[in-house]
Amino acid sequence: MPFIPHTDDDEREMLSAIGAPDIEALFDEIPPNLRVTSLDELPAGLSELEVMQLMAARARQDGRASCFIGAGAYEHHIPAAVWSTITRGEFYSAYTPYQAEASQGTLQSIYEYQSMMASLTGMQVSNASLYDGASAVAEACLMAVRANRRSKAARILLPRSLHPHYRAVTLTTALNQGLAFDTLPFARDAGHVSLDALAAHDGEDFTALVIQQPNFFGVIEEVDALTDWAHAREALVIAVVNPISLALLKPPGEWGAKGADIVVGEGQPLGCPLSSGGPYFGFMTTRMQHVRQMPGRIVGATVDADGRPGFSLTLQAREQHIRRAKATSNICTNQGLLMLAGTLYLALMGAQGLERVAAASMARTEELVRALTAIAGVRRVFARPVFHEAVLTLDRPVAPVLAVLAQRGIQGGLDLIDHYPELGPALLVCATETKSSADIEAYASALSEALRPARAA
Amino acid sequence: MSKIPADLKYTRSHEWLKALPEGIVEIGISDHAQESLGDLVFVELPEVGRSLAAGEACAVVESVKAASDIYAPVAATVVAINVQLAESPELINQDPYGRGWIMRLRPTAQLADSGLLSALDYQALAAAG
Repeated sequence: MPFIPHTDDDEREMLSAIGAPDIEALFDEIPPNLRVTSLDELPAGLSELEVMQLMAARARQDGRASCFIGAGAYEHHIPAAVWSTITRGEFYSAYTPYQAEASQGTLQSIYEYQSMMASLTGMQVSNASLYDGASAVAEACLMAVRANRRSKAARILLPRSLHPHYRAVTLTTALNQGLAFDTLPFARDAGHVSLDALAAHDGEDFTALVIQQPNFFGVIEEVDALTDWAHAREALVIAVVNPISLALLKPPGEWGAKGADIVVGEGQPLGCPLSSGGPYFGFMTTRMQHVRQMPGRIVGATVDADGRPGFSLTLQAREQHIRRAKATSNICTNQGLLMLAGTLYLALMGAQGLERVAAASMARTEELVRALTAIAGVRRVFARPVFHEAVLTLDRPVAPVLAVLAQRGIQGGLDLIDHYPELGPALLVCATETKSSADIEAYASALSEALRPARAA
Repeated sequence: MSKIPADLKYTRSHEWLKALPEGIVEIGISDHAQESLGDLVFVELPEVGRSLAAGEACAVVESVKAASDIYAPVAATVVAINVQLAESPELINQDPYGRGWIMRLRPTAQLADSGLLSALDYQALAAAG
């Protein structure tokens, strides 16, 4: 169907029907001081040739380094079939058509995605994806307040070991909606949320406990004990998980005696390239009991008037295009294209493939940590087991060392000084299955060299 | 033509009110409202004991095409809810003035008759809308 824009005549007719003199009059509610009247700050346009040259220069700066940064976005091998399928014309859009049921293929792919995510997380129902991992955590907190009617406080316990960006987005989204947040410290020797830290909140009214597994430091949390502790106090448990890790770790649906209540996370590790930070997709699964409080949409399997199988959108009545201000979310209905990448990735890898990726990533990280901590001045910080990331400390500020490594074509990890100054000169490193022993040796020898001059001096 | 029983009071937001003994008021949605919404799939009910301000949104009826709030017609305390609606929201479609009742309230303020419509006035409103 071709796209037919409205004509000047159409516009005049519509304006006269509603009694507005011109299109500008439709925006008169916006105060003049909030309007941008000129776009002088924007540079002039570039020709196609100039854009190609600029982007080629940018591309040369990117993508060649050997990357040991994780911290929420992970480099995994993506089977070639994933993106060659997605970029087909039938799929290449972030949008579900407005008459969604006319696009049965799109709905079927969402249905397959939901089935796989529910199974991976051990939950009963999944939505059709969300904007990204950070906003999914914010949405989960808002949802928990709607779902937990016993708690009057609208208070959420957030660990300090939750990804700092997830934390910031959650506060930005939810503080203005009347939610309150308390920070749970991490154990300085082990990096996890210990039950001792929770004791301070005994007897308080709180709505939900957020548990990230593995946490931002890569550390494995005591999820069973934390889940049972929260449930014993009639609070909900929001699990924030790396989907790849679920091939090896216990799914949130099986945490503790009753399992987590809401599961969210960043879907990027499933088939989405790092691409300088996005676009990615968020995921959310839950129990049937809470499905009506879940934001976003769900695709259901059904039959048409003649009894033939098909797919249709369900729970749309709670979306913003129908329910406006009372919608369960005003952020995002779903992130179609990236979700499709995740679906194809999971389908191509299968359960065993995913398990091999997770196990190889863990093994490579162990190898990396061993190689780096063999260097004088490099220490591992937390004693507890990790998934595929670990925190190391150096004997000097991290940033200059990372700059030296970058010159050698190595992205050496994330400097934690801004987010966790209490750790001192700390570095978060990650290795996935994409790193070979040679890559790890190259990193270790470059780091050893970068640290040498100061020791000699 | 939808049914509009003459012995009930109505609101502009399509709730009906029935006076029960001891000052209790029963609330539901009109036949016209259930017809406009279509097949109901879910009803979200308030907790018994909750205090409501006049005009406060206190329940949600959700159909396959829309979700609408139910408003308290008067400041009141919730004394009972129709728990059968949790399993069978279609009772509202089948019997909006009977088995499809939504909640019972004990008003904590004077029931402001001025804001409520008679069956005749509501009929005019429903016909216009």
